[in-house]
Amino acid sequence: MAIRVRDLVVGFGHQTVLDHLSLDVRRGEILGLVGASGGGKSVLLRTIIGLLPKRAGSIEVLAVDLDRVDPGEARAIGRRWGILFQQGALFSSLTARQNVQFPMRENLHLSDKLLDELARAKLEMVGLTDEDGDKFPAELSGGMTKRVGLARALALDPEIVFLDEPTSGLDPIAAGAFDALIKTLQQTLGLTVFMVTHDLHSLNAVCDRIAALADGKIVAVGPMRDLLASDHPWVRSYFQGERARALAHS
Amino acid sequence: MSLEPGLNRTSNAEQVEFAAAGSWTSAHSELLERLVDAASLQVANTRSIAINMAGVQALDTIGAWLLERLIRYWRERGHDAAFTSLPEHYRGLLDEMHRLNLQARPLRARPNRIVSALENLGRTTVGFRGDILAFLEMFGALNVAIGRVLLRPLSFRLTSAVHHLDRVAWQAMPIVLLITFLIGCIIAQQGFFHFRKFGADAYVVDMVGILVVREIGVLIVTIMVAGRSGSAYTAELGSMKMREEIDALRTMGFDPVEVLILPRVLALVCALPILTFFGSMAALYGAGLVAWLYGGMSPEIFIARLREAISVTHFEVGMIKAPFMALVIGVVACSEGLRVKGSAESLGRQTTTSVVKSIFLVIVLDGVFAIFFASIGM
Repeated sequence: MAIRVRDLVVGFGHQTVLDHLSLDVRRGEILGLVGASGGGKSVLLRTIIGLLPKRAGSIEVLAVDLDRVDPGEARAIGRRWGILFQQGALFSSLTARQNVQFPMRENLHLSDKLLDELARAKLEMVGLTDEDGDKFPAELSGGMTKRVGLARALALDPEIVFLDEPTSGLDPIAAGAFDALIKTLQQTLGLTVFMVTHDLHSLNAVCDRIAALADGKIVAVGPMRDLLASDHPWVRSYFQGERARALAHS
Repeated sequence: MSLEPGLNRTSNAEQVEFAAAGSWTSAHSELLERLVDAASLQVANTRSIAINMAGVQALDTIGAWLLERLIRYWRERGHDAAFTSLPEHYRGLLDEMHRLNLQARPLRARPNRIVSALENLGRTTVGFRGDILAFLEMFGALNVAIGRVLLRPLSFRLTSAVHHLDRVAWQAMPIVLLITFLIGCIIAQQGFFHFRKFGADAYVVDMVGILVVREIGVLIVTIMVAGRSGSAYTAELGSMKMREEIDALRTMGFDPVEVLILPRVLALVCALPILTFFGSMAALYGAGLVAWLYGGMSPEIFIARLREAISVTHFEVGMIKAPFMALVIGVVACSEGLRVKGSAESLGRQTTTSVVKSIFLVIVLDGVFAIFFASIGM
């Protein structure tokens, strides 16, 4: 099991966002998380990676409980996952190539020549050219920013990647290419992917399983056909709307 | 599961075989780089080279790239290199690596140190012209905005101006009073200490009075405002620029200068005379306190001497300068704010530039005023 969440409670002030939520992500699968806007998808992701405090429950990532490890082990876990933030979160004072090299340079002691080759390889894997590598984040388009973010998330060959809305803001061609890229990486590198997305097409095309978050709980989880058959009202309206039906029949 | 990687060489007459073993992953990347570099040279003239992959327990992109690089190196030198016993699940990754990094990266010549220093100097000099133009452009845009507001007084953002006045005047008051008070104390103490040696105690009041009311009061307050409020203006406008808020305003048909900058600059122009007045009073109060406790001069005498020493003219000279200084700070801070580019570094750089430049310009302006007032006899 790559990620194991049990009875997770997260809230801010008087508001409870996640209410006794449990979820498992298996090794090597692509799990898509869907939910209403403001329903706590990003909160769940940020809690799993330790950016938000939780009120109750337990989270294990790669069989490590992050509450019970010392800072050294927590750092080691940081090398085993990669995160693509919604806005890319690239370091604005570094070029795209330096952004990709940053985790490698900090964690591995490699020659500059090899670092350069690896950064070029990662950028090419996500479909960017060598010239793009010299650009600063402010000079990149939205889609390129996401690609560089993904290349950086993959820099250390993590076991899990967390993607926060990877295809939002991309045109259908770029989004389709991004989906294909994630699928390829999963197959070649054996990645586990935890993906927050609204993109019905990527849910249909790349996700092995889909988890639906409503009212602070996971109300349905399984392959696309299970969710289409679900009788939870929110899941029904999500997956049986016009747009979803069109995809399911296509 | 994480085993030390190895690359063991066995050779016979027609073939060299390397048996790769262990974990070819990023955890062992240093060792892997050394192994591959060493292996690349151990092939002599043998035509056929094979890398036996049967013993590899784990492979990731770093390991796969190093193997691919090794194979490429041999092939370029005319050897016949290939993988043998390649497990099926590694094939995809190695094929992927085979498609990457095909073009040799052009080596860029490193520029000469002296040349790049000279180039930097040249760029800075040329950039100076851009600085002046940016300042004048902002000043002009501000005048246009004022003209437009005068034609349609209702379009003036009064609420925003009052909000900024609260921030730059009222909220700045405590720190400004404290610092000017201390400066007044220090000047008076130094005056008494040195003037006493030749019995000129009484003239300390003249010195403190004229210095504070004419020069120090307004300068200290201006420098504090440049550091406190000017930098805040630059950072605010800069982050609005980064988040495209300013572009959004412009596309909705609003003039950012009218909406954002005019209220800020006007608030500053109103705030600085007020702060200067209260700051000067605090400095004189501090000086009086030191005169009484340290110099042994009773408050009555201090006030009487002060009344003889300073006239309304001195007070006017100080107060007239204040709004002009505020204008310089406001225009510099806002124009630097709008010059912020996309990165966090550029925001920091423009904020620093804004403070340094406005303090410099304020002191230059003070010198110009000194010449002006001297020539009209004030």
